[in-house]
Amino acid sequence: MSTTIVPLATYRNETAYPFCPGCGHGPILDQLNEALVRLNLDPKEVVLVSDIGCSGLSDQYFATSGFHGLHGRSLTYATGIKLARPELEVIVTMGDGGTGIGGAHFLNAARRNVGMTVLVFNNLNFGMTGGQHSTTTPSGAITSTTPGGNLERPLDICATAAVNGAAYVYRGTNFDPELTDRIVEAIETPGFSILDIWELCTAYFAPSNKFGKRSLEDTQQRLGLGTGVLEHRNVAEYAAAYRKDAANRSPVSGVEPQLLESEYVSTLDRPFRLLVMGSAGGKVRSAARMVAEAAIRSGLHATQSDDYPITVKTGHSVSELILSPDAIDFTGIDRPDLMVILSEDGLAKSRPYLAAMTASDRVVMVPELPGVETGATVEVLDLGRLPTRVGRTELALVALTAAVVRQNVVSAEALRAAAGLGRYAEKNLAAITAGIELSR
Amino acid sequence: MAREFIDGSTAIVRGALDAGCDFFAGYPITPASSILQMMMAELPARGGIAIQGEDEISSIGMCIGATLGGARAMTATSGPGISLYSENIGLAIIGEVPLVIVDVQRLGPATGGATTVGQGDVQFVRWGTAGGYPIIALAPSSVGECYTLTMRAFDLTERFRCPVFLLTDKDLNLTMRTVNPTELARVTVRPRTFRTGDEGSQYRYQPPDVVPPIGRYGDEVVRFTGSSHNEDAFITKQAATVGALNEHLAAKIDDHLEEIESVDLDAQDGAATLILAYGVTAGAARHAVRHARQDGRKVSLLVVHSLWPVPERAITAALDGISRVVVPELNLGQYRREIERLAQGRQVVGINRVDGSLIAPDQIIGVIA
Repeated sequence: MSTTIVPLATYRNETAYPFCPGCGHGPILDQLNEALVRLNLDPKEVVLVSDIGCSGLSDQYFATSGFHGLHGRSLTYATGIKLARPELEVIVTMGDGGTGIGGAHFLNAARRNVGMTVLVFNNLNFGMTGGQHSTTTPSGAITSTTPGGNLERPLDICATAAVNGAAYVYRGTNFDPELTDRIVEAIETPGFSILDIWELCTAYFAPSNKFGKRSLEDTQQRLGLGTGVLEHRNVAEYAAAYRKDAANRSPVSGVEPQLLESEYVSTLDRPFRLLVMGSAGGKVRSAARMVAEAAIRSGLHATQSDDYPITVKTGHSVSELILSPDAIDFTGIDRPDLMVILSEDGLAKSRPYLAAMTASDRVVMVPELPGVETGATVEVLDLGRLPTRVGRTELALVALTAAVVRQNVVSAEALRAAAGLGRYAEKNLAAITAGIELSR
Repeated sequence: MAREFIDGSTAIVRGALDAGCDFFAGYPITPASSILQMMMAELPARGGIAIQGEDEISSIGMCIGATLGGARAMTATSGPGISLYSENIGLAIIGEVPLVIVDVQRLGPATGGATTVGQGDVQFVRWGTAGGYPIIALAPSSVGECYTLTMRAFDLTERFRCPVFLLTDKDLNLTMRTVNPTELARVTVRPRTFRTGDEGSQYRYQPPDVVPPIGRYGDEVVRFTGSSHNEDAFITKQAATVGALNEHLAAKIDDHLEEIESVDLDAQDGAATLILAYGVTAGAARHAVRHARQDGRKVSLLVVHSLWPVPERAITAALDGISRVVVPELNLGQYRREIERLAQGRQVVGINRVDGSLIAPDQIIGVIA
C-alpha cells in the first residue's frame, strides 16, 4: 500500500488576524505561512513560539503546535523545546520589545546556535501597550515615552546576532518581495536564524513620526544598518552537537552508591566532635574526610561540614566532624572535644571555640603558632621528632592522625584502610605513619 | 553495617535520576551548584540533557519548553534564583507544567549570608508568583529523605501538573552524613501518560479537580499558553471560562490534599508540648526530643514533610491533647503563622534564628517543660 502525501494549502487556521489596518504583522505571518507551505512541514512538528505584544498573538492563527509564554523569554522556551526534541521545527515570533527584555537570551541563543528561526516583528515601538519606545526606536523618533525625541541609540539586532555567531541573519521590511524566500532559507539553515523585519505600527509609531513604507528603508540607510542577507554560514546546530558529544560520554560524578563496609572496631561510646582548623591548600578537607571514612569503617556514624571563604585558594579551611556510635541528628558544633589547629588562618577561626572548651577537651597545635587562651588541655606537636620534614600538604593528615590515634577515636588500621585508595594513597599512608609515630 | 557517606545534593541527584528525570537546566549558585555539576556529568551520558543557562530565567524557561517536548525536568537554585524564577513559576502554574524545583535555602535577604544556612523561603515558595495559586512543596529533614522526597516530588508533579518544590537548605545539601542503604527508600513514580488526539485538550476544567494528561509536541498539534485560556489553549476573556480555569488551578490540588499530606508524628502519651519542625531544624528537634525524654520529660514531635499545601488534617490530629506548640525555624516565624491559625487557643511558641547558624538542640530543650 502506498501513501500519497498531499501538501497542505495553508498552515493558517480559520481565524482572521486581529491586527490594525496597515499593520505589518499580518503580511509577515502570511509570508511565514507561505514559507511553511513551500517547505511542506508536518504541522504538529512545527512549534510556533510567540513572545508578548501584538506579535505574541501569532500562534493563535496557525494550525501548528504553539507556545505562548512570557515577555522576552520566548527564546528560552524555544531552546528547551529544541534541546528535548531536535527533530521539531521551532519558529519564534517576537517584537522589538523582546530583544530588549530578552536581550540576554537573544545574545546567548545566537552564540549557542540552538536550531530555531526567529522573526522579529520590528515596528520600532511597543504597539500593544501604547506606543512606548523600544531598544530599536531610531534616535530622534517621537514615542509616548520619548516626547522630545528618542535620545538613545537603537540596537543593531543583526550585527549583534552575527558577531556572536548566528548562522543566518537578515534585515528587511515586510514589503520585501522576497521575504518568503528568506524565511524558507532561514528555516532550512541549521542553527540560530534571525530575520529583523521592519514594519509600520499604524496605531502609534507611523502617525507620530509620519512614517510610511519608504521611511523604513530610508531610516535603515540613515542609521547605516545593513539590509538583505547579512550572514549565512555553516554552524554546528547545538541540539545535534550536544547529542553527538553525549554519545561518547560515560557518567563521571560518582552518584552511584559507594558503600563503606564496617570492618574495624571503635571503642567510642559517645558523640565525638572534632574541628580541623587550617588554611586553603592544606588538604584539610581530604584529611578530615579520611578520618570520617575511617570512623565509618569502624562502625560509627559520621558527619562532615566544611567551611572556607568564597575565594577558595586563600584564607581559612575548616572541617567539622562528628563521629558517634549512634545516628547523628544535629550537625552543629559549639564546643569540640578535640580541635586541631594547623595555621594562623585556622587559629583566627578557633577563638570562639577555645573560649568554650574545658579541661576534658583537647587542643592539638602545630609548632610556631602563638599561644592560646583556653581551658582545654593544649598539646603542641613535636614535628622535630620525625625523621623527615613534614610538607605543607601532608601536615593536616599527620597532625590529625596523631590527635585521633592518641585519643583512640579511630584505629591506625582503619585510617590506613581509608587512606589506602586513590592516586595519593602512597603519600597519605606515609603521612599516617608519621602521625602514628607522633602519637607515641 | 555498610554505610554510605554522602550529602543531600548527591541524594537529590540520585533521586531525580531514579525518578526518570531526563532534563536539567540551572545556573551556578552556592549552595545548589553541586546539583548542577552532577547533572551535567550524569545526564548526557544517560541520554538526557543538562544545560547551564545564561541566568536563572533562561534555566527554568528551558525546563518548561523541554517539558512540553516530553521531558521530565528539574531545576535547582537558592533564594536569589527563586526570585528570578518567579514569573516562570506562574507560567508553569497556568500552563499546568510538571516541573520539580529544588530550592537550597541560604540566609537572605538578597545575596544575604553567602553562604550560610537559612529557612527564609518557606512563604516565598508558596506565594512567590503573581496570582496566589497553589503549588506543592516538600521539605526533607535528612539525606535519606532528600532522596525519597525528590522521587515523591516527581510523582506529585506528574499527578497534579503543577510546580513541586523541594525545599532544602545549605546544611542539608552540603554536609556529608552516613546513610544506611535502607534510609534511601524508593517510592513509585508514576510514568508520564501523554494525551492522544481523541482525549481532547491538555486543558480541562470540568470537573474542576480533573488533571488531564499533558500533550507532547510532535505527537500531534499541541497548544500551550500563559494567558487565561479556554480548554483549547486559545486566549479568552470570557468570564465563565477564565473563572473555571483559575478555580481549577486551585481545586485540582485543594480537593486532593490527602494524596499530598506527609508528616512524621512521634507522639508521646501524656505530652502537653508538641515540637513541630521541618527541614534541617527537624534534626535538632529529634535530638532535643530524645534527650528531653531521657530526662523524663514528656514531649511529642511532628516533622512536616509536605509544607505546602499545609497538612492541616495531620497537624490538627497531632494537636490533640497538646496545650503548647513549639516551632523552631531559621526565619522569623514563617511557618508558625500557619500553625497559629490551626492552634485554636493553644500557646504557639517560636524558636527563631537568622544569624546563619543552626538552631541547637539545647535551644529547643530549653522550652520543653
